[in-house]
Amino acid sequence: MSLHATRRRRQAGFRWTVVGVIGLFFALPIFSMVEFTTRAPGGGRTLDTWATLFDLGVIDADYPELKTGILASAGLTVLTVVIMLVMLVPTMTWVRLRLPGLRRTVEFICLLPLTIPAIVLVVGLAPVYAWVAYFLGESSLWLAFAYVVLVLPYAYRALDAGLSAIDVKTLAEAARSLGASWPRVMWRIILPNIRTAVLSAAFLSVALVLGEFTIASLFSRDNLQVAINLLGKRDSSLAIAAALAALILAFIVLVAMSFVGNGRRSHRPEES
Amino acid sequence: MLGVLPFFAYTTIFLGIPTLIVVIGAFLDGSGRASLGNLSALAQPQIVSAFIHSVVLSAVTAVLGAVFGALLTYAVSTARAGGLLRRLVTSLCGVLAQFGGVTLAFAFIATFSAQGFLTLWLQKSGIDLASTPWLYDWDKGLMLVYMYFQIPLMLIVFLPAVEGLRPQWREATESLGGSTWHYWRHVAGPILAPSFIGATLLLFTNAFSAYATAAALISQGSPIIPLQIGGTLSSEVILGQENIGKAMALGMVAIVAVVMTLYVVLERRTTKWLGS
Repeated sequence: MSLHATRRRRQAGFRWTVVGVIGLFFALPIFSMVEFTTRAPGGGRTLDTWATLFDLGVIDADYPELKTGILASAGLTVLTVVIMLVMLVPTMTWVRLRLPGLRRTVEFICLLPLTIPAIVLVVGLAPVYAWVAYFLGESSLWLAFAYVVLVLPYAYRALDAGLSAIDVKTLAEAARSLGASWPRVMWRIILPNIRTAVLSAAFLSVALVLGEFTIASLFSRDNLQVAINLLGKRDSSLAIAAALAALILAFIVLVAMSFVGNGRRSHRPEES
Repeated sequence: MLGVLPFFAYTTIFLGIPTLIVVIGAFLDGSGRASLGNLSALAQPQIVSAFIHSVVLSAVTAVLGAVFGALLTYAVSTARAGGLLRRLVTSLCGVLAQFGGVTLAFAFIATFSAQGFLTLWLQKSGIDLASTPWLYDWDKGLMLVYMYFQIPLMLIVFLPAVEGLRPQWREATESLGGSTWHYWRHVAGPILAPSFIGATLLLFTNAFSAYATAAALISQGSPIIPLQIGGTLSSEVILGQENIGKAMALGMVAIVAVVMTLYVVLERRTTKWLGS
């Protein structure tokens, strides 16, 4: 008993030392960003940079590239999540119901982007995007096609976990025998049952799209990160503030996701 | 079969065709004839050194990131599951591991550049950080920046393995008269070893593939291979040389593929012990 207590005390000491030291290592640049963006010209502190960042009128007039970037990223997040869900959920359900032989193939394709660096994908996508631009125009929104490929592995894992937790076959057969059409089965039966998996796939995609730089910058399209990078050449203080704001936004998205994930676990019986 | 057609059509266009373009393009010369010229062009000194820099950078940050990340992971795993500390640390690590890129580069400029917080602060005590442009060197500044996404990624991929350690194993060691050292040396160590090495390999490919941080931080020269490839995509490429970019890309894929194969083999061993 006393052995236990000693060990627990020692563990707590170890835990706080390690978390403290590594935490300091990570807090330093974040603190520096705050310090850097609140410097006043004469020495002293000011919130001017942050006021500018949240003043839509000023952003619109003086920093149009930031505005375009934010709008493009907002559009890209929505489009990426929609294409990802519309393509993956029916395919994965259908494969489970009717084509179990294809499951390995679909999994392999979905996990493939993990082994192909984004910079390599850019090289191969350049001719494909020449065609996209020819048919659909030059808009930054079409980057979503490439982003869906980037989020494929993460979305697949999240949705696969969700579909494994329910009995897809029984649910679909029950609905079909009661006269539901396939679209109705998808929309009213499958989707509500895997909604936490859908949510976490969507959150992961949002975080990834908001942080994406490689593809957008090399194709000379606009998105949030490209705009922040461009802004850095002109007004480093405002660029650092924008970068920190984006980081905090992504952090909030992921914290929200950790709560969604927990909600799912509490509904299911304990595993193992 | 019709139901899965959209998926296969989409992935063919946006994943299959790009991969084929890289693989085939690496073996074509400027006029579209089969050639090994691009591959032999990889022997150019600046490309060879970029490959070496990339491998060294990835290996060093992978090993250091794995060691420090594993320490952090174990420390966090002793906290209560579902507690605030654990939730905050995992979320923060998720952000830093996935979101890095431009944000990290700017965080570093705010900290270590000539006008950065730490530089100015240390100047007061007579230490001059900004005497050399070390922040923009691949083997100093870039290595340090990479640690900021390697350590968090280590926590994310290694935490499930550490959580798989059963308290009973430790109790069994103790009831047989073993010390903490014995437990780590003969029980936990060997069980965690495959997933630790696997996670290190994953960290290697992660650093090896990274482009955004380096691109935002380094504006002169292309010391690492992703920046070299990026350079071939921009306008100032010599005509007939654009397929060298594809050859470099193929080289990257080859290295990643070798590392990932090792990873898959290790993964199989890991699930044997920590599965279920």
